[in-house]
Amino acid sequence: MSLTHEIKFTLNGSPVSLTIPLTMSVLTMLRDLLNLTGTKYGCGEGECGACTILIDGVSVNACLKFAVDCDGRTLTTVEGLVADSRNDPLRTAFAEKGGVQCGFCTPGMVMQARHILDNYPRANESQIKRGIEGNLCRCTGYKKIIETIASVGELDNKG
Amino acid sequence: MAAIIEKESLIGKAIPKMDAPGKVSGHTRYIHDLNLPGQLIGRILRTDRVHARIISIDTKEAEALPGVHAVITAKDVPNKPLGVTKDNPPLKGDKVRCERDEIAAVAAETEALAEQALSLIKVEYEELPALFDPRQALLENAPVIQESKPDNISMEFDYSHGDVEQGEAESDVVIEDLFKLHYVTHCCMGASGVIADFDSTSGNLTLYSNTQVPFLHKREFASVLNMDPNRIRIIQPPIGGGFGSKLDIYPFEPIAVFLAQKARRPVKLTFSREEEFLASPTRQPAYLRLRSGVTKEGVLTFRTLDSLLDNGAYTSWGATIPFVMMQTFSSLYRVPHCLYHTTTVYTNNPYAGSFRGYGNLQATFCVEAHMDKLAEAVGIDPLRFRLKNAQQAGETSGQGMHFKSCGFKECLTTAAARSDYAIKREQNLKAQGDDNAVKKGIGMASMLHVGGGAKIYPSDGCGTILKMDDFGHVTLMTGASEIGQGSETVLSQLVCEELGLPLSAVTVVNNDTDITPWDVGVHASRTTFIAGNSAIGAARLAREKILNAAAGTTAMPADQLSLRGGCIVIDESGEAVITLDKLLRSLHFQERAELVTTSFYYEPPSVHQDKAFKGDVSASYAWATQVVEIEVDTLTGVVTLNRCTAAHDVGRVLNKLGIEGQVEGGIVMGQGYALTEDLLIDEGHCQNPNFRDYKLITAPEIPEIDLSFIETMDGEGPQGAKGIGEAPAICMAAAIANALYNATGVRIYEAPFSPEKVYRALKGCSQPLEW
Repeated sequence: MSLTHEIKFTLNGSPVSLTIPLTMSVLTMLRDLLNLTGTKYGCGEGECGACTILIDGVSVNACLKFAVDCDGRTLTTVEGLVADSRNDPLRTAFAEKGGVQCGFCTPGMVMQARHILDNYPRANESQIKRGIEGNLCRCTGYKKIIETIASVGELDNKG
Repeated sequence: MAAIIEKESLIGKAIPKMDAPGKVSGHTRYIHDLNLPGQLIGRILRTDRVHARIISIDTKEAEALPGVHAVITAKDVPNKPLGVTKDNPPLKGDKVRCERDEIAAVAAETEALAEQALSLIKVEYEELPALFDPRQALLENAPVIQESKPDNISMEFDYSHGDVEQGEAESDVVIEDLFKLHYVTHCCMGASGVIADFDSTSGNLTLYSNTQVPFLHKREFASVLNMDPNRIRIIQPPIGGGFGSKLDIYPFEPIAVFLAQKARRPVKLTFSREEEFLASPTRQPAYLRLRSGVTKEGVLTFRTLDSLLDNGAYTSWGATIPFVMMQTFSSLYRVPHCLYHTTTVYTNNPYAGSFRGYGNLQATFCVEAHMDKLAEAVGIDPLRFRLKNAQQAGETSGQGMHFKSCGFKECLTTAAARSDYAIKREQNLKAQGDDNAVKKGIGMASMLHVGGGAKIYPSDGCGTILKMDDFGHVTLMTGASEIGQGSETVLSQLVCEELGLPLSAVTVVNNDTDITPWDVGVHASRTTFIAGNSAIGAARLAREKILNAAAGTTAMPADQLSLRGGCIVIDESGEAVITLDKLLRSLHFQERAELVTTSFYYEPPSVHQDKAFKGDVSASYAWATQVVEIEVDTLTGVVTLNRCTAAHDVGRVLNKLGIEGQVEGGIVMGQGYALTEDLLIDEGHCQNPNFRDYKLITAPEIPEIDLSFIETMDGEGPQGAKGIGEAPAICMAAAIANALYNATGVRIYEAPFSPEKVYRALKGCSQPLEW
């Protein structure tokens, strides 16, 4: 049997305590141990961004991160993306502005968008494009996703 | 005083997708997210050879591993072959013919155990000489791939109209070129998967499947599994991308069922990304030799097309793309004489399935290159040349396609005008000789595709059941599948239009063969058109029932009543008479007027092609012109796509948000096909089965996109609409090749236009194409 380790962290605002195998990825922990299936497996090697989550406010590919490294940290997945106990405006905008087709890349896309706007609230179009470069979408051609994120950013709101 | 309700329409508005809220919150459960009680994990052992006889398969150690509940090989299962020509047994027992071939499968309690079990299976092979080059498949001493096809020919297609010899005699200019198209693959973000749940007591099989064709799938499953189709139920969880990849049944699906039957437990089998690259279908690669003629006045005289398709080891839908390809050669422009031949040959390469556009990307690439070349040869500008030869409404092509509505010329002029095509083209030509290393190019291409279904199967129809409850809520049960394209929303809009309801009053059920009426599947850009007309039919029946019932209670004639805003209103004044929910409740338990349920089945007025491939195969045809603007760095060969101006004859826009999304996505998919995507197959082995080395377009690379929708209000279309699902991906490679020529004076005949290929072409040292 593989070695295990006990970890404690905050997940979507709630404390979690788990004993996990040392080699388990955050993605597997979320999906298989915690039944949070909003975070998607797209490639398992950090190339598609479908598993993007926030760890201490920074976007990461959950498939590339070891679960043991979550000890003491704060994780946010798409299920926990709420602002002021209301739906995050990004989620609403993705739904309303055509940022979603098959939807499989969407949770990762939404989380990456949150990361971009948290760090660059006035992100312009080219910053948004660059910001979601690591998130693949096969349906939309990205245009409506870019417009969606821009519409939530401060740049758009102010002018 | 009664309220006045104005007529409101959802048609043409930007309506968010009904399934979007669940998808943005992570609530939507794709097949990967579902788990059944008692479920085991299935895994497939695939060969590492490309052509070898199987001497022995030893599964003893795998079977002995605790936690392994089933191990199967070809000898354990009925194993009836599947696919278009039934040449593909789910598990290979005698020999393997390509890299992906399935040899054995296991079901175990965990993924790790399943993987471990696979590693314990020992297979002994005897290597066989392999065949990788389709051009060598017909040689006398070529290895035979399928024993039942000793000549290595999987399929052949011949089509003609007119007399090409006469056409050639009438020509002032004749050109001939060889084109080569490559392998690409769908790259659905949600990889393939299935859950097989077999109840051994009742014999009932429930399949949770990503299929795009649930009813055809059910039929084929029954055949492959040797089961009564009545015992099979297919449930489609939300699908993480289709694009044609889920149009055929593939070995992993019956394998999951065999495992479930043997283990007597549900079995879930999903692909890793690498497996998705290796074992899901590709787009069909091709060699195409096109010969075309024109008079000096600029009138097309003939086309002769000979093509060679690499079938790979088994026959899936890719081998049948000539059905669609020949339409572009014969009918996109008026061509009085056309001769078409395709041979599809077996090799030890991967096999192609259906993929958005279905051969039309390949065909359009050749035809539109020749349109530019012929125009230049006779000294007419490319736009005017196309306009001169373009089809128009009312015409019937040589292949028998009748264009009842046709916005082709308007697509051409709109895209050209909005992109300043003529001016930029001249400017770029002048700049070819200057010393700027970065050259600008502009290029156009147009396309014709079915837009009103395609009568390939005995029926091209779709059924709808509409149920109204006593709160005025509608349940729309449709055979049409949602694969992300937005069919749920469009179908609901069409129903709301008839019943005067808001979108929130509709629930769509579209994913369970035990409930939904029959449909032939999501393919051929048919869902909006076919399922849309079906939904309208059912809604009109419901409307009639409701208005008749309202006439009974209001003492007004039904033909003076209408439905608006959830009320029955007087049509002329808009004055509300009674609310719909109240009326429906009043119908409770009455003898003749139960709560309203209607069903309607729509079969389009198209015909099957005859044996010569002639006939009006679709009820409507979609047209488009796309103009692209690029920059070519002549020092590196890198091509940058800056802008795409697209004009599409869509009949009528039903959902502005949805149609824009479809077209934008298609343009970027076409961009990838033209510039970056290339599934590298070396001696039968895939060299880049991952997103690092298989390059999809990413956000910073997308072009500026300008869309125009030409509304020709098709007489047969639902509210005038045509299908457009495939159309936007079709023109891009052709248009970019033409832009490359405009930028550099160098024409490239082989996609993708990678920096290496472009650089070589610019230096005059392209690897020569031969066939």
